Amino acid sequence: MSEQIREYELGMHPELPPPNRQSGLVKWVMDNLFPSVGSGIITVICLIFLYYVIPPLFNWAFWDSVVFNATSREECYAINDGKGACWAFIYRRWDQFVYGFYPEAERWRVNISFILLAMTLVIVLAEKVRKVKGIMWLVLILPIICAILIPGSELLGLTPVPTNKFGGFMLTLIIGMTGIFVSLPIGIGLALARISSLPIFSVFATLFIEFIRGVPLITLLFIASTLLSYFLPPGTNFDLLVRVLIMVTIFSAAYLAEVIRGGLAAIPRGQYEAADALGLSYWKSMRLVILPQALKISIPGIVSSFIGLFKDTTLVVIIGLLDPLGIGAAAIADIKWTALGYELYVFIAVFFFICCFGMSRYSLYLERKLHTGH
Amino acid sequence: MSDNDFAIKINKMHKWYGDFHVLRDINLEVTKGEIIVVCGPSGSGKSTMIRCINRLEEHQQGDIIVDGIELTNDVKKIDEVRREVGMCFQHFNLFPHLTILENCTLAPIWVRGMAKAEAEEIAMGFLEKVKIPEQASKFPGQLSGGQQQRVAIARSLCMKPRIMLFDEPTSALDPEMIKEVLDVMTDLASEGMTMICVTHEMGFAKQVADRVIFMDAGQIIEENKPEPFFDNPQNERTKLFLSQILH
Repeated sequence: MSEQIREYELGMHPELPPPNRQSGLVKWVMDNLFPSVGSGIITVICLIFLYYVIPPLFNWAFWDSVVFNATSREECYAINDGKGACWAFIYRRWDQFVYGFYPEAERWRVNISFILLAMTLVIVLAEKVRKVKGIMWLVLILPIICAILIPGSELLGLTPVPTNKFGGFMLTLIIGMTGIFVSLPIGIGLALARISSLPIFSVFATLFIEFIRGVPLITLLFIASTLLSYFLPPGTNFDLLVRVLIMVTIFSAAYLAEVIRGGLAAIPRGQYEAADALGLSYWKSMRLVILPQALKISIPGIVSSFIGLFKDTTLVVIIGLLDPLGIGAAAIADIKWTALGYELYVFIAVFFFICCFGMSRYSLYLERKLHTGH
Repeated sequence: MSDNDFAIKINKMHKWYGDFHVLRDINLEVTKGEIIVVCGPSGSGKSTMIRCINRLEEHQQGDIIVDGIELTNDVKKIDEVRREVGMCFQHFNLFPHLTILENCTLAPIWVRGMAKAEAEEIAMGFLEKVKIPEQASKFPGQLSGGQQQRVAIARSLCMKPRIMLFDEPTSALDPEMIKEVLDVMTDLASEGMTMICVTHEMGFAKQVADRVIFMDAGQIIEENKPEPFFDNPQNERTKLFLSQILH
């Protein structure tokens, strides 16, 4: 056998650049759209489908639609011959969609609250802002200010507004954000209680979680709206919205608890032992070592729960609260705007989609940012 | 000698897992500054024994007195002992969500109540001692196994413990990384730290240990100074074990 001819000394092979890879648009199209005959056919079918769907949809929603120049459905149709959407009714009833029946003279309070809530979100979500010292107190204080501002109080000279005047997106945001902010700490507490070695905690938490998860939210809302008043002493006036907030929060907390329990179970025992061996107390090891890791693992599940909660706020329409669906149903019952269901539900769908998609993207960003394994 | 002269005193200690009698009548006295190596076949209870010393495992009978403090169900005393006893694990158990420096400063800040700047200064000192100060801002996942174990040692040392427990610190390491960890442990031993090491590194035992303990089936079978232990083991089981690991 002849000796193999080597172009380098043994062990001294030079480092080479990788062979030239093709790049550019043509390469991308070939790789992703037409990698094989079957995939190519599917690509063509999809393109044809999109060609037939997208332009008419675009024409309906934008090109042929009427937004500002009509005060009734007839006027819309006079302009676009019924070929496009009639967004005019949303434009005319915009205030109702946002504030419900909150008195016009007091709406500045809601506007300020929107700004305060936006600030809270920025503080919680934006890392740079969050690091400013002492700013986390605002996260507690700002929502409390909102909770005083919106319903009002005689003591502070703010005309009280009964909660049955609340409605629209304001109501969705109140229920959704209260649910999200309050249910997370309760969910963490329930998860820790459920895995606790002390039977009082674990039995109570397990019963609570299983009961709440075993009952549909709508049933809990009915309990809140009707049944609860039988159990309360006569004459107590326990606001319906508050009862709904409590029910939505505990419902969400029960789901979160299970999601977080899953995260806790995924943390290796060695982490608990290392924290113990360093002398960290139970609460410190939970707060500094276990929960940061468990919550990170649970982010997709937690955000799923939040998205579910946010969408479930629409169920309150069934017990008579006027969320956007309730406002919309009232709007299209108006003789001037009858039969505008498409516009209404597309509009509400877009609102919910933006909110939920935003949460979903933020959770992806958070997962990437917290990723420290390599 | 009174109890206070011992770093650790274990007296007639028994432990069961359910019905299984894992530790049987363990008696061990460790004086301050003594280096003890514990060896024995797997399942012999060596890890369980040293995990009883900082109460990661609970014993059911007998007494364990660590640094003058008796281990009972009293949580305060357990915390007190844990503050004075450092531990290194087979799988390092660094906190993956914290940087190397944060791993080292966590306990001094939150358990000892030290100021952050001071804790960081001390941590950097120990990271230099284990020869990886340049990795301080990295995350554990970016380090090799040997580096992680050295960080784990530094993390324990930052609490300025009086006693260090090592639970098979080199068993999960690639062969070329074992020496760097053993070197750190040897340094530590030469500085007078009281150490109990569960390990199969017999070279380390010969060179560093003051006493070698052989365990089998939950009991201490033989204990002696390294030279007689290796050259002239008394018990049949010890002889068998040594013949199996010293090829």
